[in-house]
Amino acid sequence: MSSDFRTASGGRVDRAQPLRFTFDGKSYQGVAGDTLASALLANGVHLTARSFKYHRPRGIMAAGSEEPNALVTVIRDAGRTTPNLRATQVELYEGLTAESQNRWPSLSFDVGRINDRLSAFFPAGFYYKTFMWPRKAWKAFYEPMIRRAAGLGKAPVQPDPDRYAQRYAHCDVLVVGAGPAGIAAALAAAASGSRVILCDETAEFGGSLLGESRATIDGQSGSDWVASSVATLAQNARVTLLARTTAFGYFPHNFVGLIERLSDHLPAPYKGQRRERLWQVRARAVVLAAGAIERPLVFPGNDRPGILLAGAAHTYLNRYGVRVGTRAVIVTSCDDAYQTALDLKAAGVSVAAIADLRAEATGALPDAARHQGIEVLPGSTVLGTEGNLRVHAITLGRVRGGQVQGGQRVDCDTVLMSGGFTPSVHLFSQSRGKLEWNEALKAFVPGASAECERSAGACRGVYALADVLADGAACGAAAAPEPNRSPPRFSVQAIERRGDAHLGVLPQSVPPSDEKSFVDWQHDVTIRDLQLATREGFQSIEHVKRYTTTGMATDQGKTSNLNAMAIVAKSLDAAVPQVGLTTFRMPYTPVTFGSMAGISRGDLFDPVRTTPTHGWAQGRGAVFENVGLWKRARYFPRDGEHMHAAVARECLAVRSACGIFDASTLGKIEVVGPDAAEFMNRLYINSWTSLGVGRSRYGILLRDDGFIYDDGVVARTGTDRFHVTTTTGGAPRVLAMMEDYRQTEWPDLEVWLTSTTEQWAVIAVQGPKSRLVLESLVEGIDIGAAAFPHMSVGRGRICGAPTLLFRVSFTGELGFEINVPADFGLAVWEAVYGRGREHGITEYGTETMHVLRAEKGYIIVGQDTDGTVTPDDAGLTWAIGKNKPDYVGKRSLDRASMKSPDRKHLVGLRTKDPRLVLEEGAQVADKAGQKPPMELIGHVTSSYASSVLGHSIALGLVAGGRNRLGQTLYVPMPGGDLEVEVTSPVFYDPAGARINA
Amino acid sequence: MLLIVCPYCGKRPEIEFSYGGQAHIARPLQPSQLDDEAWAEFLYMRANTKGVYAERWRHSRGCGRFFNALRDTTTDHFLAFYESGEARPGLPATAAPTAAPERKT
Repeated sequence: MSSDFRTASGGRVDRAQPLRFTFDGKSYQGVAGDTLASALLANGVHLTARSFKYHRPRGIMAAGSEEPNALVTVIRDAGRTTPNLRATQVELYEGLTAESQNRWPSLSFDVGRINDRLSAFFPAGFYYKTFMWPRKAWKAFYEPMIRRAAGLGKAPVQPDPDRYAQRYAHCDVLVVGAGPAGIAAALAAAASGSRVILCDETAEFGGSLLGESRATIDGQSGSDWVASSVATLAQNARVTLLARTTAFGYFPHNFVGLIERLSDHLPAPYKGQRRERLWQVRARAVVLAAGAIERPLVFPGNDRPGILLAGAAHTYLNRYGVRVGTRAVIVTSCDDAYQTALDLKAAGVSVAAIADLRAEATGALPDAARHQGIEVLPGSTVLGTEGNLRVHAITLGRVRGGQVQGGQRVDCDTVLMSGGFTPSVHLFSQSRGKLEWNEALKAFVPGASAECERSAGACRGVYALADVLADGAACGAAAAPEPNRSPPRFSVQAIERRGDAHLGVLPQSVPPSDEKSFVDWQHDVTIRDLQLATREGFQSIEHVKRYTTTGMATDQGKTSNLNAMAIVAKSLDAAVPQVGLTTFRMPYTPVTFGSMAGISRGDLFDPVRTTPTHGWAQGRGAVFENVGLWKRARYFPRDGEHMHAAVARECLAVRSACGIFDASTLGKIEVVGPDAAEFMNRLYINSWTSLGVGRSRYGILLRDDGFIYDDGVVARTGTDRFHVTTTTGGAPRVLAMMEDYRQTEWPDLEVWLTSTTEQWAVIAVQGPKSRLVLESLVEGIDIGAAAFPHMSVGRGRICGAPTLLFRVSFTGELGFEINVPADFGLAVWEAVYGRGREHGITEYGTETMHVLRAEKGYIIVGQDTDGTVTPDDAGLTWAIGKNKPDYVGKRSLDRASMKSPDRKHLVGLRTKDPRLVLEEGAQVADKAGQKPPMELIGHVTSSYASSVLGHSIALGLVAGGRNRLGQTLYVPMPGGDLEVEVTSPVFYDPAGARINA
Repeated sequence: MLLIVCPYCGKRPEIEFSYGGQAHIARPLQPSQLDDEAWAEFLYMRANTKGVYAERWRHSRGCGRFFNALRDTTTDHFLAFYESGEARPGLPATAAPTAAPERKT
């Protein structure tokens, strides 16, 4: 072993399995069972990061997910580069490559450190105060500079090659955290036959017991008890054990999100291995056993590498066999750190002193320390530390009668601090449980639950091992659906530990040191920042948080929140619970986007809907567009045509001969029942009772606010039956609206609604020769001009397939829409196309359909309307059933403002320059040469080049538009005003002779 | 994600449902008889209750039926589920923090 800091024996690592890894390009050796943090510490490496704002050298501070400093990037390859991982959670594997962040050119020499010297310019809220002047410097200088400097870590530039799984699970009892409380809870719940899920964010169950050196449970060591208990649980088929699994979010009705890391700890995941699995667990009851986080101390220079939480040093020694230094000073307010001191001393680390914040240090552990010859200094405080890339001395002060006296400088390479513990109430708070302030613990603990949930052990301030086990067992027993009346009991032997949790800054002499005292390590928030915020008038902790950014880093203030709150409370001269706590939000630790997306990426991001002729269109080289989830052929280019040429050719073919178009995406709803006509009457603006069987009508649907919601041709196919078509995108919402009125407003009507969109293929055959093409193919329907006039509907057969044949037109030409069962769609399409070739039949796409309908002034709901357009605005008053007492939206149309002559009307707009095609969405003005802010009276909704008419056409909504026919208006564009003339929206065949041919 | 008890299908996760806004607002039988103010009241005015709120849900990715629920907007706990057209039920004596209650039978 090359590392001097690894103990010869002990801990849960396997010294026989060395692992090579690199950090910042330098090669090191760790052992199996290490985390990246423990392996670096075993090599004597503390300096692992530069801080966010001041670029101060930072070392590893903690041993778990609360680590604020040691954020690293782990690199497998270009696509598998993960920034901002806590080195304390990264499990070591052979060949692991990690890099530090937020430094240039190197960790030990970082140019950004200048920020620390310039910190007077970066006070709390500096981004609200600086970079304001001169104004023009923002885009050219400040923003690029800030963008370069901002952020932690860098996202990979390659797409993520990994796969992520998702799973739903149900259980009787979900236990979060597999420390002593969680294991006891799981044992108790499982004993009564419950389905239990037990999860823990670390690789190994046991929590604090894995580093426990003295205590015994039922005569076993802590780790032996864990092993036998986990074995018991593993044998139970109703228990699911999830290691490396973080409960990151607690949602209503006991819905808890878990993220399980499956392969990040493996040296080479096998092909197809899922990287993570997102569990969405619905639990009948939840037991939170999330433990507690040791509280750091706030004193000048408390952030140097080599300054750790005392409990972290204990964990590194007893779990990983790593000494965190050679000469330690311990600063503490409770007995737990004495155990660390004793264990370190036994492992050969020199303990220079224990500086106890309490006035007296008495009890079993302080006595044991003194007995071992360790100097114990009650009534101590810390006045400062020294060292750049590593702490090398600490200055201790003495508090006597409320006064801080002189300094005692002590050489050391390690400072271990403990201000007691902060219960991890994150998930409890996310569940909307009420937190209560506990003055004795100086912490918030869970009060009344909002969900079926119980907190057990350290996360509710119960710290003594015997109490923790009993609490866990009681919670697990009570959480089971069949409460366990005899929960397991545990016999614990442990040394008594006393302690006073400490809050806020340590006592300082007057004037205090100039050194920074950090409260939030990850966001570089100091005590002075918090004091400045309160001086500037911030009183709410929520405001202070946002102004100073304390607690807003990726660690969400796990180590900083309570100290920050106490300092703010003191500045405001208020009690801590009055200042309150900021809201805990999910996720507990960062969660990858990959796990949230699961398989919903690439081709599986959204479902794709295709029509029966999709393959045929693909074979013809069609260019498709997305309409909702549908793929629709937009145009069919021939011989390398561009869209413009293809659309011009397609339009000409429809107007001069015949075109064929797949309209299958139209929404279709079958309205059936004795009251079908009455239902349609109440819903649509049109009159339906007068519509005969075998006839159809252009229907318009409003909302009750009077604005157009949808439109489409509606056919009466029986006395009790309507075939309603909707816009392609509108089908689901129209059906939902129909169901709403049918079920909740008019439950008396006997009518049933069925979506038939995908049951029918719809083939539009349009153009002067369309009848010629279809004549010989249709059986059972006389499609002659007299027998089958415009808006007729008939049932018969076409090419042998049953058909519902419409004579309708969205082009202004003689036209038919052939409905056949979807499975016949392609065969009928090919047969019609084959027959039509001698007549010049031409396939066309949605772009041509748009041009043809705009030439006729037919609206597209959602393009020419926007939720503020009435039937009259759109020029569709003719469609309203005049004698109906009511329909949806009628009352709103009676409001005075709906009849104002100034409302925007749909009109045609013709550019003075016939080649000019206006931009859709462009604004319309009635005065030329305006400068912003302009007076605008409308906008362009549809605009195309019309090859048939030989000029461009546009539709627009213009205030009082129908009273402006012939007027010249102006479309202001960057190059100047474009002149347009207001016209009728019908540009082509206004008399409608062709449609009735 | 809420756990919602459809009166016709039973307990299902929220993703199967769509929200329908405040319950018990009937469309006037003769809208033409209302003045503008009364019509606007029906059309636009909705309660923003802190506490127990009667609201509509539709099991849109299930049976398709509309139904009503009583939900405490401060806790998101449901207190009752009932069919459209039924009167708003009285409140249970205590609202225990449990999973969604079973529908009364």
